[in-house]
Amino acid sequence: MSEAVADLLLAVDGVTVDYSGFKALDGFSLTLNRGDRRVVIGPNGAGKSTLCDTIIGRVRPSEGRVIFRGEEIQALPEQAIVARGICRKFQAPGVLPTLSVRDNLALAARRDRRWWKALGTGIPPAERAAVDEALETVGLTARADVPAGTLAHGEKQWLEIAMVLATRAELILLDEPTAGMGPAETSRTADLIHSLGPHRTVLVIDHDMSFVEQLGAPVTVMHQGRFLKQGSIAEVRADAQVAAVYLGHAA
Amino acid sequence: MPEVPAILRRGLPWLLLALAAAAPAALSGYDLNLLARFMAMAILALGLVLVWGHGGILSLGQGVFFGLGGYAIAMHMKLADLPAGEMPDFMVWSGREALPLWWAPFGSATFAIAAAILVPTLVAALFAWAVFHRRVGGTYFALITQALALAFATLIISQQDATGGFNGLTDFYSILGFGLASPRTGVGLYWLTLAILCAAFVGLRWLTASRFGMLLRAARDGENRVRFLGYSPVPFKVVAFAIGALLAGIAGALFTLHAGVVSPALIGVVPSIEMVIWVAVGGRYSLAGAIVGALAVNLARDAVSSAFPELWLYCMGALFILVVTLMPNGLAGLLKGRAA
Amino acid sequence: MDLFLNQLFNGVSLASLYLLASLGLALSFGLMRVINMAHGEMLMLGGYLAWATLLVVPGAAGILIAMPVAFVGAAAMGGVIQTVLIRRLSARPLDTLLATWGVSLVLQQAARDLFGAVGVEVRAPAWLEGSVELAGVVIPTARLFIIGVAVAVLGGLALILLKTRIGLLVRAVNQDRMMASATGIAVGRVDLAVFCLGSGVAGLAGVMLALLGPVTPSVGQAYIIPAFLVVVMGGLGSITGTTAAAVILGVFAALAQLFVDVSVSQMLLLVFVVLFIQFRPQGVVAVRTRQLDA
Repeated sequence: MSEAVADLLLAVDGVTVDYSGFKALDGFSLTLNRGDRRVVIGPNGAGKSTLCDTIIGRVRPSEGRVIFRGEEIQALPEQAIVARGICRKFQAPGVLPTLSVRDNLALAARRDRRWWKALGTGIPPAERAAVDEALETVGLTARADVPAGTLAHGEKQWLEIAMVLATRAELILLDEPTAGMGPAETSRTADLIHSLGPHRTVLVIDHDMSFVEQLGAPVTVMHQGRFLKQGSIAEVRADAQVAAVYLGHAA
Repeated sequence: MPEVPAILRRGLPWLLLALAAAAPAALSGYDLNLLARFMAMAILALGLVLVWGHGGILSLGQGVFFGLGGYAIAMHMKLADLPAGEMPDFMVWSGREALPLWWAPFGSATFAIAAAILVPTLVAALFAWAVFHRRVGGTYFALITQALALAFATLIISQQDATGGFNGLTDFYSILGFGLASPRTGVGLYWLTLAILCAAFVGLRWLTASRFGMLLRAARDGENRVRFLGYSPVPFKVVAFAIGALLAGIAGALFTLHAGVVSPALIGVVPSIEMVIWVAVGGRYSLAGAIVGALAVNLARDAVSSAFPELWLYCMGALFILVVTLMPNGLAGLLKGRAA
Repeated sequence: MDLFLNQLFNGVSLASLYLLASLGLALSFGLMRVINMAHGEMLMLGGYLAWATLLVVPGAAGILIAMPVAFVGAAAMGGVIQTVLIRRLSARPLDTLLATWGVSLVLQQAARDLFGAVGVEVRAPAWLEGSVELAGVVIPTARLFIIGVAVAVLGGLALILLKTRIGLLVRAVNQDRMMASATGIAVGRVDLAVFCLGSGVAGLAGVMLALLGPVTPSVGQAYIIPAFLVVVMGGLGSITGTTAAAVILGVFAALAQLFVDVSVSQMLLLVFVVLFIQFRPQGVVAVRTRQLDA
C-alpha cells in the first residue's frame, strides 16, 4: 500500500467539467504512477483534450480533484502547475512565432522563471547545454536562429515537443503529437518517447492507431466524458463496447 | 530599398548625436526651446515602443503619467518662487484660505523630482497590475486607459483652486536657483533632455534585447503559451507599463520646464492618443523610429497648426487612418523589411 | 429621501443613454472583437440629423420622424466605416482602435466646420416639455421618453436576435466564426449588418441627447467613454450583460453625485470598474465556452 502511494504521481479524481450544460468530463478518474506511459483514446468529443486542459489548469473542474505528488492542483494558476512539473504539448502547435527556435527553447529550459531574473542577456551556460541538446534531439540545430513562425508544420510540432521536454517536467502531456506527421516522423516520435527513461511520466492523446501500437503502452478509452475501458491495445481492440463506440460515432 | 552601408549605419547615430549636442550653437533660443520640448516628448515615445511595440499593450492614457510628472515639477516651481508662507497666485484668486496639505512637501526640490519620477511609475504599476492580474487586456485595457485619461483631466479642471483648473500651472521663474529666463539655463536644460533621451534609448535597447524583452514579446504573441511554459506574464507586462510611465513622467517634467506651462489641455484624452501616433509614424517596434516620429509629427504639428489651426485635426485623423492601415510598421518599416 | 429618489431616477435615465450608446459597441465587439472609436460620432450624427429633420418638419411629429432618419443616417455612416476601414483591419483590434479614432477626429472637425463649434439647439416638441410627478419626484417627460425608447430598442434587438433569420446568423457567427464561415454563412455580411444596426442605435441615442441639450461636435465624447466602460463591464457580446452594466454604471454615477461633484464621480466610476474587474474579470455575464483566447 505505502509503496503504491509513493509511486503515485497523478490522480484525477471524479472530475466534472461543465460547459454551460454540456459535460465535457463527467466524473472522470485516472491515475498515473511514476514512469508510466499511458495512451488515452476515444472518439471526437470524448473529453480527451478537456482532460489535458483540466490537468494543466486551463479549465477548472466544477467537481472533483486533480492531485499531483500528493497536492491538490485543480485551483492553481497555470504557471504554478507548470512550475510543479507538468508540461503539455498542445494540439495546435503553440510555439512563439516571433522568437527564434533557440529562444523558444531557452524560455522553456529556464529554471528560474521570476521576472527580475530575466534582466540579463543571453542564455546562461547551464541552460545553453540543455538547449543545444534539445535542438540536437529534434534535429533543428541548423534552424536554430530562424523565427519559429517560419518553420514547417512538422518542424513546429517537433519544436514544441522539444520545448516540453526542455522544461524538465516530470509529467508530460502530449495532445496529438503526431498530427500532420508522416509515418517516418511518427515512428521517430514514438522512439523519442521510448527514450525518455523512467524519470518521466507521459500521457499521450492520439487518434493514430499505428502510433499507439508503436508506443505499446496501456490504453484508456474515454467516451462522452466518462471512463469506458482500460487495457492493452490488443484487449481494447477486441472489446465489443469500444468497437460499438467508435462505430456508433462513425455511423 | 538598397542595403544601407555598414559604415553609414554605425556612424549615423553618432553624427546625429554630435549635431544634436551642437544645436545650441546653431539655433535661436526659440527654436532650441522647441527642439527641447520635442525631445522631451521623444522620451515618452521611447517608453511607448516598449509598452505598445514589444508589450502589445496599447495605452491611450499616457498623458496621465506625463501630467503627473509635469505637475510635480510645476508645483515645486510655483512654491519655490514664493516667499515663505504665501500661496500661489491662482489660489489666492480662487479665494483659498490655505495651501492644500498635499502641496506642502513639493516645496522641497528633492521631493518634487522624486515625485515626478516615482508617482507616475507607482500609479501605473498599481493600475496595470489591477487590470492584468485579472487577465483583462487588449482592447479592454486600451479603453480603460482612455477612461483614466478623461477622469484625470476632468479632475484637474474641476479642482480649480488646488490645480489651477483649465489654465493649469504657469508663470515659473526658476528651477533649483537657475533663472528660467536665462538662455544659459535653456541650453543646460536642453543638454539635460538630450542626455536623458540618450540614456533612455540605450537603456531600452538593452532591455528589449534582454531575456526580459524576449519574454515581453513572447507574452504579446502568446500569453497563454507563456503561462504553459511556467511563466506568469503579468509582472512582465506590469513592469513594462511602469517603465513606460516612468519615462512619460520624466518627459512631462522636462516638457514643463521647457514650455513653462502644464495644463489639462496637454494631458487629456486627445493629447494622450496623439502620443501614440508619434510612435505609429516612427514605427512601433523601433526605438530610433519613435524619436524620429515624435520629432517629425510635432514639427509638422507646429508648422500646420500655426498656419491653419483647424487643419491639424484633419491631418492627425488622416495620419491615424493612413499609417495604421498602410504602414503599420511606420517609417522604420519602410527602411527595413521587418523590425523586431 | 426625495433627493435620493430623484438621483435614482436620474441614474436610470443616464443608464438608458449609456445603454443606447453602448449597445452597438457591445454587439460588434462580441462579433468582431473590435471597437469603433468613432462610435461617439454616430451619436453626434444622430443629433445633427435630428436637428436637420426638425428644421424641415417642425411641430409635434418632428421628433418621431427624426428617429428613423437618424437611425438610417448613422447606420449608413457605420456601414461605410466598416466596409472601408474596419473590415481591412479585422485581425488587428488595437490598430482598429487607432484608425477609427482618426475617423472620429475627422468627423468632429468636419462638424465643427459645417455647423460651428458652439452647437445647435433642438427644441423638443410641446408633448415632451412637461413633467410628471411620481412618488414625490418631478420627472421631466423627455427623460421618461428616453427610458421608453431604450426599453423599446432593447426589446427590438432581443426580438431580432432571437426570432429572425439574421439574428440566428449573428448568433452562429458569435459562437464560432470559423465554423459559421465553413457552413456557408457570409460572415462579412453578418458583420456589416450588425455594425449598421449598432451604429443606427447610436444614431437614435444622438436624437435622445438632442432632447437634453445642444448638439455640439463633441457631444458624443461625453457619453462614449462611459459607454466603453459599459462594454468592459458587460461581458463579451452579451446584451443582458451590457444592459446590466449600463444600469449599474448609470445609477452608480448618479448616486455618487449625491456625495461628490460630477468630475470626482467620473474618477469614482473608473475606480468602480477596476474594482469590479477584481471580482468578475469576465464581465457581468460570462458565457463559458471551449473557446478561450488564442
